[in-house]
Amino acid sequence: MAEPEFLLEMHEISKEFPGVKALDHVSLKVRSGSVHALMGENGAGKSTLMKCLFGIYKPDAGEIFLNGSKVEIPNSKAALDQGISMIHQELHPVPHRNVMENLWLGRFPVKGFGPFQFVDEQKMRQDTLQLFNDLQIAIDPDVLVGKLSVSKVQSIEIAKAVSFNAKVIVMDEPTSSLTGNEVEQLFTIIRDLKKRGVAIIYISHKMEEILEISDEVTVMRDGKLIGTWPAAELTTDLIISRMVGRDLTQRFPDRSNLPGKVVFEVEDLTSAFAKSFKNVSFALRQGEVLGIGGLVGAQRTELMEALFGLRAVSSGRFILKGEEVKIRSPIDAKKHKIALLTEERRATGIFPVLSVLENTAVAKQAAYETPWFLLDEKRRVADTEQNIRKLRVKTPSIRTLMKNLSGGNQQKVLLSRWLLTEPEILLLDEPTRGIDVGAKFEIYTIIAELAKQGKSIIMISSEMPELLGMSDRIMVMCEGRVTGIVEGSRATEEEIMRLATQRLA
Amino acid sequence: MSIDMRKTSDYLMQHAIYIVLIVLTVAIAVYDPRFMSVTTIRDILLQSSTRAIIALGAAFVLITGGVDLSTGRVVGLTAVLSASMLQVADYSRRFYPDMPDLPILLPILLAVLAGLLVGIINGTIVAKFSVPPFIATLGTMVMVYGVNSIYFDMKPNESQPIGGLRKDFTEIGSGAFGSGDYSLPYIVLIALAISVIVWVIFNKTRLGKNMYAIGGNVHAAIVSGINVQRNLLYLYAIAGALYGLAGVLEAARTGGATNNYGNMYELDAIAACVVGGVSTAGGIGTVPGILAGVLIFGVINYGLTFIGINPYWQLIIKGLIIVAAVAVDIRKYLTKK
Repeated sequence: MAEPEFLLEMHEISKEFPGVKALDHVSLKVRSGSVHALMGENGAGKSTLMKCLFGIYKPDAGEIFLNGSKVEIPNSKAALDQGISMIHQELHPVPHRNVMENLWLGRFPVKGFGPFQFVDEQKMRQDTLQLFNDLQIAIDPDVLVGKLSVSKVQSIEIAKAVSFNAKVIVMDEPTSSLTGNEVEQLFTIIRDLKKRGVAIIYISHKMEEILEISDEVTVMRDGKLIGTWPAAELTTDLIISRMVGRDLTQRFPDRSNLPGKVVFEVEDLTSAFAKSFKNVSFALRQGEVLGIGGLVGAQRTELMEALFGLRAVSSGRFILKGEEVKIRSPIDAKKHKIALLTEERRATGIFPVLSVLENTAVAKQAAYETPWFLLDEKRRVADTEQNIRKLRVKTPSIRTLMKNLSGGNQQKVLLSRWLLTEPEILLLDEPTRGIDVGAKFEIYTIIAELAKQGKSIIMISSEMPELLGMSDRIMVMCEGRVTGIVEGSRATEEEIMRLATQRLA
Repeated sequence: MSIDMRKTSDYLMQHAIYIVLIVLTVAIAVYDPRFMSVTTIRDILLQSSTRAIIALGAAFVLITGGVDLSTGRVVGLTAVLSASMLQVADYSRRFYPDMPDLPILLPILLAVLAGLLVGIINGTIVAKFSVPPFIATLGTMVMVYGVNSIYFDMKPNESQPIGGLRKDFTEIGSGAFGSGDYSLPYIVLIALAISVIVWVIFNKTRLGKNMYAIGGNVHAAIVSGINVQRNLLYLYAIAGALYGLAGVLEAARTGGATNNYGNMYELDAIAACVVGGVSTAGGIGTVPGILAGVLIFGVINYGLTFIGINPYWQLIIKGLIIVAAVAVDIRKYLTKK
């Protein structure tokens, strides 16, 4: 029998949730030995489609063919058995067990006889080394997984997929927490998998990456298939315009802010922890967007949290409008009109089970207190509604629970939480992480508008175009030190990368 | 399933607790129509009053994502404290033989303050020393019982049940406005007043909003500039004061006290809260829900005895209800497939 043209074919898949048509006759055809990028804004239906493939959801209609024959995938185990593996965006290893136990979890090799079956550690170790050797992964099988970096854990997941003899591997935003170097390592592994004839479905928001690694690109929008094209025929702008359904002439808004006099100075700030930031000094002007660039591990988030009083410092001074101030807790920071949008929206930003109203009003609660400790409900509601409208948050009502909003809308609610406190300095840590292209542009517009109003903004970003497109100046960090501050209008990606890697061996 | 049916089923899920309460009451009434009488309702309310106050106290801690095991022992401590200071002058085994009669509010206030103090200790251990609430309150639970037993064993009482309580004190627990069928017990009114106050704290004050925020996501609460330590301290303190008040009312209602009063009440309180929709993961819980939870157990206790069901069977039914209620309730929060 001749090899079918496509290794995997998902044909006319539909899936409906109450009130939403999540997938509307979507087809996806993936060739063996290729990387097939799946793109679309958040909510376009990418994850739903992949969950149908992996047996997590049952499609309402449609068929799946593997190697030309129709298959049923009722659950994840069936998917694995048929050679379909998925590497999730958020990895869930067992941190207190070692690498090989994580790898062979649920299918440990055993030795012994009769009822006396013991785990064969030796065989497990050998199998692990063999597998790692094939994939050129250098990890000690006996080390605890909790001690490994995200990229190493991901390598283990990929090895696990290979060990299941996976023919199709789905990777959901695999590079979202990797450094440039680690991305290259991942790509090496992916290219190796391609040679073995494995088909990879690659989900990512990062255009540059997609264009580099993928062979074909499928774009989805609002649960519908827009089309599939060879990657060679595409450009970033072309993909974006197909994702958002309109021509995006520019990815960043025009900025008309005029940085004024210095409002906030950090002098010689050193973390209380040896491996964190050291001797950081910089000045922030009124109405300025100061970008902070660097690789993962550059201690940018740690610095940002120290500015907000969340992390201890051993020395250094903060000078706010010419006067030295102490910032030892978020309460101090708030008093000095500083706001922080954290990097981990879910972990440290939102209150998932509370309403949009409570999520918005939470940082300003004291201002709503009337005599007798009661809160002024009218003002809470009015302020929230006004901000929700201003930032164009899409929510059925302010009583809707936060967890039911999309990532972009959650981020806007968090922004409105802090805008209510009328901050003068906004610390934004990866403000557009995990947010789709349309919402990103809206967040950029808000940032530009705030700078124009005279607010000072410090923005950490790992996305080079964002850093270059949004910053008046860019401060680059490497291993806890500031390696340079460059003018945003004149900076180049190469220069920033050079500064970001300056101290690395 | 059509949208309409789904809406209906969503509505039923959201209000499952109240429906269960009604169904349960009706079922017992159908089995024995005599159950539906003013006396029955008043008795159930009477028995549920202190439990409601205790459950509301426990909710302050549960909603922050914590748990308070010291509840029952605090009830016992304040029952003994208040009773020991409120005996009639000519009682033969008086705790303080030569003490003049105190103004009734003084011992009550002292007892409530004792509860408050235990709450402050709980709050301090949890907030300042970052001891997990389960462990912190396990420690105080044991210690409070120890303290109470030492006091209870002092001469001349020597671990005898405290009796001979003053009429003006027991009147608080068993007296009522009006008389006969249409009387309204004071204790029910007190529980009602406390419920209103707690509802206001939960919904209308900064402390209440902070409680939900801390339980909803403590890291986000810190980043939002909430003083988590101080708020936790206040919340545990209020919880302690409410247990304290409940202990006083228990002594007044039963006309006596021993050091074993309140034993295991924490479990009843937690059960009532979770059946009433309080999430043990924190951040979720309402006063009407908690009251419905308390009443469900009130109806079960009274109703099943009323229709003559073996008390051991009652335990099995109660256990089933706790597990079933949470299994149903948790469906609201699980992601739907």
